[in-house]
Amino acid sequence: MAEGTVTRADLGEAVYQEVGLSRNESMDLVEMVLQEMSDTLVKGEMVKISSFGTFSVRQKGQRVGRNPKTGEEVPILPRRVLTFRASHVLKNRINKGG
Amino acid sequence: MTKSELIQRIAEMNPHLYHRDVERIVSTIFEEIAEALSRGDRVELRGFGAFSTKQRDSRVGRNPRTGEAVQVEAKSVPYFKTGKQLRERLNE
Repeated sequence: MAEGTVTRADLGEAVYQEVGLSRNESMDLVEMVLQEMSDTLVKGEMVKISSFGTFSVRQKGQRVGRNPKTGEEVPILPRRVLTFRASHVLKNRINKGG
Repeated sequence: MTKSELIQRIAEMNPHLYHRDVERIVSTIFEEIAEALSRGDRVELRGFGAFSTKQRDSRVGRNPRTGEAVQVEAKSVPYFKTGKQLRERLNE
């Protein structure tokens, strides 16, 4: 199986093929969707895309880490991380191909 | 936010587009990502994040209710890594 990388440009092209818009506007729409999702997550709200998956923001507490090079202990500050949980539909699709 | 709310917001920002076209646009984006992952491709959306698949070897699992050993087949699981820009925005 060829290992390729799909980018924004490919998503824009797919939108262009699907709907009768210009390439430029198709690219802008891809950008708008990603921007809207990002803004929602930054506000701390989750994004649920049916038959694809759920993006949610989790708060992580402070913990002690270690600089792997020097062995020195450094505090890892509390932070927010984004997690993606794939839906069963997506998981099943991925395994059907082999 | 659900997919239909996302479609609604994009539609509001683009009053010149038909609602059904906005639905197709949003669906196409997720469809392309899902299709790429099922081919074994990566999807890299700079600033947002990257979707890829990870291989899991087969293993002997256990039915948590009965304690019975069951063979779990090797599989690919979807994985998402948050992009640098979004990760930073989450912690501003």
